Amino acid sequence: MVPMPHYLILSALLFAIGAAGVILSRNLLIMFMSIEVMLNAANLAIITFSRFLNVMDGHVFVFLVMAIAAAEAAVGLAMIITIFRNRGTIDADKFNLMKW
Amino acid sequence: MNQTLFLIPLFPLIGFLLNGLFLGRLNKKLISLIACGSVGLSFIVGLKMFFQLISLPENTRAIEEILFTWIPSGEFVVSFGYLFDPLSAIMVLVVSGVGFLIHVYSVGYMHDDPGYGRYFTYLNLFIFAMLTLVLANNYLLMFVGWEGVGLCSYLLIGFWFEKKSASDAGKKAFIVNRIGDFGFILGLFIIFWNVRSLDYNEVFVRAPEVFALGGGLITAATLLLFLGATGKSAQIPLYVWLPDAMEGPTPVSALIHAATMVTAGVYMIARSNVLFMLAPSTMTVVAIVGIATALLAATIALAQNDIKRVLAYSTISQLGYMFTACGVAAFAAGIFHLMTHAFFKALLFLGSGSVIHALAGQQDMRYMGGLKRHMKTTYVTFFIATLAIAGIPGLSGFFSKDEILWKAFSSNQGSIWIWLVALFTALMTAFYMFRLVFLTFYGQERMDHHTKEHLHESPKMMTVPLSILAVLSIIGGYVGIPHILGGGNQFEKFLEPVMKGVHHGGEEHALASSGHSAGTELTLMFGSVALILVSIYLSYYLYVKNVALVGRLRNSVSGIHKIIYGKFFIDELYNAIIIRPLVGGSLFLWKIVDVVLIDGVLNGLAILIGDVSLGARKMQSGQLRRYATVFLAGVVIIIGYFALR
Repeated sequence: MVPMPHYLILSALLFAIGAAGVILSRNLLIMFMSIEVMLNAANLAIITFSRFLNVMDGHVFVFLVMAIAAAEAAVGLAMIITIFRNRGTIDADKFNLMKW
Repeated sequence: MNQTLFLIPLFPLIGFLLNGLFLGRLNKKLISLIACGSVGLSFIVGLKMFFQLISLPENTRAIEEILFTWIPSGEFVVSFGYLFDPLSAIMVLVVSGVGFLIHVYSVGYMHDDPGYGRYFTYLNLFIFAMLTLVLANNYLLMFVGWEGVGLCSYLLIGFWFEKKSASDAGKKAFIVNRIGDFGFILGLFIIFWNVRSLDYNEVFVRAPEVFALGGGLITAATLLLFLGATGKSAQIPLYVWLPDAMEGPTPVSALIHAATMVTAGVYMIARSNVLFMLAPSTMTVVAIVGIATALLAATIALAQNDIKRVLAYSTISQLGYMFTACGVAAFAAGIFHLMTHAFFKALLFLGSGSVIHALAGQQDMRYMGGLKRHMKTTYVTFFIATLAIAGIPGLSGFFSKDEILWKAFSSNQGSIWIWLVALFTALMTAFYMFRLVFLTFYGQERMDHHTKEHLHESPKMMTVPLSILAVLSIIGGYVGIPHILGGGNQFEKFLEPVMKGVHHGGEEHALASSGHSAGTELTLMFGSVALILVSIYLSYYLYVKNVALVGRLRNSVSGIHKIIYGKFFIDELYNAIIIRPLVGGSLFLWKIVDVVLIDGVLNGLAILIGDVSLGARKMQSGQLRRYATVFLAGVVIIIGYFALR
């Protein structure tokens, strides 16, 4: 059986990739997908602990996260489409009206 | 007992309310009827109570009426009550009697003044406050009256407030009095703290048990009370307001700043005689301050040209006499002089008012003269008052002044030095008062042509009160003829029940007279009268017979004359050592402490916060990715901290 650190390292790498995506990309869609990657990285970590510690709680959490991620994806995509319709772009750096 | 005492101050209060509430809606006749009537009614009730009082046996002569409990606060209980004993009886009669005459006089004097209603409103309020002062049965109620008369004095000095000098004089009087009041109330605190009561009856009975004779506490308390008296009664060092108070209408000067209010201090000390007798060192202070004031004011009066200013300094000087009397434990003599002085000084002021009225506002004696021919009644009454104040035998001033002189000489607390200074002051008094008469009524007519044509005797409304006061100035003294002249000194005997602090009875009298023979008293009396006559002749010689000599004399001592004419520059001195530093200090507090320090710190803090925020708000860039970066960095740092700890 693959030992636990491998799963956790994979999860950490996925999370780092997702975070880097959110920070470095200016495209709202890419940022959005990066957030999904981060969510799934967390899912992976949770399910790993759940499996290796022999408790079922983790599974429940993961299903909950997946359900919320689906809902969030629907709302998020809808918002991105609306923003694009209004502003003609999805470049995150262009949306800086909420400042001092 | 049926209560009628409260009616005495009630009438003027009603008059004040009527005239004050309907200010500007009543015609002049009604105003004067209300004002004079209310005071007249007070006088009548006062007389009735007076006769009721003397019908009582001598030892129980005190009528007390407690209307209600005024301040019940734990141990501190003050009732609202009036006390009518011989001392307050005399004060009530003097205040309401002289007050009534001056009200009547004012009807004539103020006739053309636009502030007619306001004037009588204030005047009635004053009478109310003064009657409260003298009728109170405890110190706190007395203090209410005390403050009330101070307020009215301020209002009436500044009656013609459009004139800057008048409103300044009002403020000066108020502020100087405030210094005295501060002492007065501190004195009350000490008394209450130790005696646990402010009622006269209780304080005077318990004070000898509570306070040690000559102890520090009672000395402090009486000195503080005396400070209050110096403020109200214009003694050194707080006398400076009284000469300036002459900016008010002349009847006000007569009523408030000569006859009644300024005697409040003397009344208060006579009332507190029990306390003052417990503090011999305070008595010495009172006597010395009194005699020093008498001397200083008389000296200043020698060289003044303003007719009212001479009278003002003469008032201060005579008040000094009263304090001297109190200081040598001759409280009755002080009150006696207070009463006679009220008559003749009111008369002098009203007479000067009549003169000023005739001369269309001229107050400078250098532009008067020869008025004898034009104003018969004024001249005669004024002359009588002058004789009285100079101490010519047969008139009221003689009896009271001689009583004070004799007590200053013979009393245990007195000394030959006080007597000498008092006598010297009496000579100066005679001199400057006759100088005033000669400059005003004799010699050439020095006013300009226009005024001369309009010279006239004042209306009946003014001359009748003058005549009544003149009669009082003559006969007022006969209630207190000294033993030596065959009288019984009824006045002193009448006041005896109030003067509990002074040990009375045969043995004391025997002691006093054994030390000084009757011959001494007579010699002193005739000696002083002779000297006074010489002084009057000197005045006559200088100001009527040989007028040129005065000018030469003045030039030869021009330095001294300048100092005296400048009132010893006391006002300037106060200005330099008290007012200027105070103003300077206030300016420092305002410009430096307040504006720079306090405002600086507060505004600086606000500006600092503003500047920091200005920098800090740059963090809110609106850039989504930057927020995310900062957020991530924060999370990493926190987790890192917990992981590596």
